[in-house]
Amino acid sequence: MSAANNNKNGNTLSTLTRLTSRWSWIAVLVIFTLAVLVDRTALGQTWLRVLFGKSALNFALRAAVPLTLGALSGVICERSGIINIGIEGMMLAGAFGAFVVKVQTGGLPLPISLFLATMTSLLVGGLMAYIHALLSIRYKVNQIISGTVIITLATGLTTYFFNPDWISKGKFGNITIPLLSQIPVLGEVLFSNGLITYLALIFVILLQVLLFHSKWGLRTRAIGEHPRAADTVGINVNKMRYYNTIVGGMLAGLGGAFLVLEAVGQFKEGMTAGRGFIALAAMIFGNWTPVGSFGAALLFGYTQALQNELLLAGVTTVPRHFISMLPYVVTIVAVTGFVGRTRAPAAEGKVYESE
Amino acid sequence: MVQVKETKKAFSFKTVWRTVRMPLLAIGTALLVGALVMFLSGDNPLVAYWGLLKGAVGSLTALSQTIRKATPFILTGLSVAFAFKAGLFNIGASGQFLMGTIFSVAVGVNFEGLPMVIHLPLALLAGILGGALWGGIAGWLKVWKGTNEVITTIMLNYVASLFAGWTVYAGGTSGQIPGPLSDPVAAARAISQTRDVFESARLPQLFPQILDRVHWGIFLALLMAVLAWWVLWKTTLGFEIRTVGQNPHAAHYAGMRVGRTMALSMAIAGGLAGLAGAVETLGLNYKFAPEFTGGVGFEGITIALLGQTHPFGVVLSSFLLGGLNAGSAKMQFDSGVDRQIIQVVQALVLAFVAAPEIVRSLYRMRKPTPEELLQQETVASSWSQE
Repeated sequence: MSAANNNKNGNTLSTLTRLTSRWSWIAVLVIFTLAVLVDRTALGQTWLRVLFGKSALNFALRAAVPLTLGALSGVICERSGIINIGIEGMMLAGAFGAFVVKVQTGGLPLPISLFLATMTSLLVGGLMAYIHALLSIRYKVNQIISGTVIITLATGLTTYFFNPDWISKGKFGNITIPLLSQIPVLGEVLFSNGLITYLALIFVILLQVLLFHSKWGLRTRAIGEHPRAADTVGINVNKMRYYNTIVGGMLAGLGGAFLVLEAVGQFKEGMTAGRGFIALAAMIFGNWTPVGSFGAALLFGYTQALQNELLLAGVTTVPRHFISMLPYVVTIVAVTGFVGRTRAPAAEGKVYESE
Repeated sequence: MVQVKETKKAFSFKTVWRTVRMPLLAIGTALLVGALVMFLSGDNPLVAYWGLLKGAVGSLTALSQTIRKATPFILTGLSVAFAFKAGLFNIGASGQFLMGTIFSVAVGVNFEGLPMVIHLPLALLAGILGGALWGGIAGWLKVWKGTNEVITTIMLNYVASLFAGWTVYAGGTSGQIPGPLSDPVAAARAISQTRDVFESARLPQLFPQILDRVHWGIFLALLMAVLAWWVLWKTTLGFEIRTVGQNPHAAHYAGMRVGRTMALSMAIAGGLAGLAGAVETLGLNYKFAPEFTGGVGFEGITIALLGQTHPFGVVLSSFLLGGLNAGSAKMQFDSGVDRQIIQVVQALVLAFVAAPEIVRSLYRMRKPTPEELLQQETVASSWSQE
């Protein structure tokens, strides 16, 4: 049974076609195709322009970046057996860390200041994840509770230390990649973005390849599925869980940095506003794979874009609340197994003690 | 024989001390670390904590506020603790709280002219129903499809929050349709909230001459604690719940209906959190606006664990956390320390009660005996999935 599952996980393509994550990619492809049609054909003159214009796609991608980074954070942690519901807290702490350093280094040239701020977000996110790992591995705290500690701690600390008088100036500008950005629709949307957006896209591909085609990936999946077996072949299960969780926290922290340094430009109390939980949903809907999570994040980002576009277009018959609900409802449907199938890593949430 | 009896007596006294020792140390340590954070960031922790104490129990007004804050905490803490007993993790108390609020307020703002003896119980029951429905969905999905209740309850929290937001939505200037419960008068000023519930659906105040806006909700909460204790330890259902929580396989082989028990426990847990929402609305706010969350987030989890998942422990923990929350405003006013430090202290309390080993190593306490570990494991095993 578990061998069969491992085979499926190993074969990325068949994973994509069999599991719920394919639905998000099918949806993304449909949306994209319509966007091309709207851009290229007479459909652009119709109401479809509202739903599938390039501005909607741009908005969706920007909304998807923090969700993607958060979901990748979840993928790394959970694939190695550590449940991470604390993404929200790691993201918030990362955002705050980036903001503080950005403000403090305001006198330095912008690129240096941005670089230091981004590094801080990684550090702070990693630190929160280290606390999570310490509680869950060393002190054997239930990982849901440990995640709750991270969220509460991050909310409390960031609000306690936040000073509303601090103003951050300048943020990551758009880098337009020549030639690629000339590709109609796809290039225009993908290749004129800020640095962290590109990083997120790179991480999706990188992690997908590493997770399923590298020694690290095999080991990570092994300690998340069957730690005893992994231990038997000489993998230090808990050490690896520490490292992976910390890397995961860094990614979530980077998601927070995106909000402060690329999207908003400032920090606001509780500014992650549930993104960590939508990221968690994206990870589940993406069936614990990087590419699947990214597809789900795009889809969930699109629901946010939709609200915005409908509002701008004066469409008021659909309450925005119900559009916002979609990611959560869709995730419940997905984990329930009504559509397709999701499967969490087998050893997730279980303390491992070597004998 | 006599000797055995005596050791038993001594043991029971020791157990009481052992049970309260860890939570007390956890709180004390959390407050110390909080003080350290304040000290390092240039605040004076002594002034802050003195303000906190005054704000929690320093006057009748302060005491009233502590009681008011403790009321929803008791109910949501019971909700989480009850689910723990059945081996379920209810992280959805805030969603169930909101559904309870919406259901009770829907009854409260309608049915004008009903006598109080009918209207008030009806509104309270509606609140319980709303929460039970929300908790029940998670329980039912768990039983029917094996869906992890942690994931469903997290997602349902957000669905509830958006649903509640929609019901009172004031509508927009460009023709957005207002929500069904939105108060037209407030909506005209772009304020999203419900009308006030009718007098006949309001929980009466308790000693209004002495206490400040304390209502009968605290009695309902205490009653529920007793009821939860009675159900869990004095009824067959409670025995089934605890057995299912400790070992679902054994429960199954003993002929218990594991699925039914789990779904029912989750519905009861949801109902308790729903009642918290109803009580907060009918006793204190008299209306609902999206920002009225009663301070209920993950507090239920902290309270349940701090109270060792025992109903009476939950009551004590609720007053402690209620006091912390009530006093934080006075603390901020007196000392200028941001009240959010209390959130940090709460996070630390949760970490320390969940990881007693940290506290033990801090105070160089001896390792727990196998007997004590066994007791801990019974709590721990009820968290595991499967």
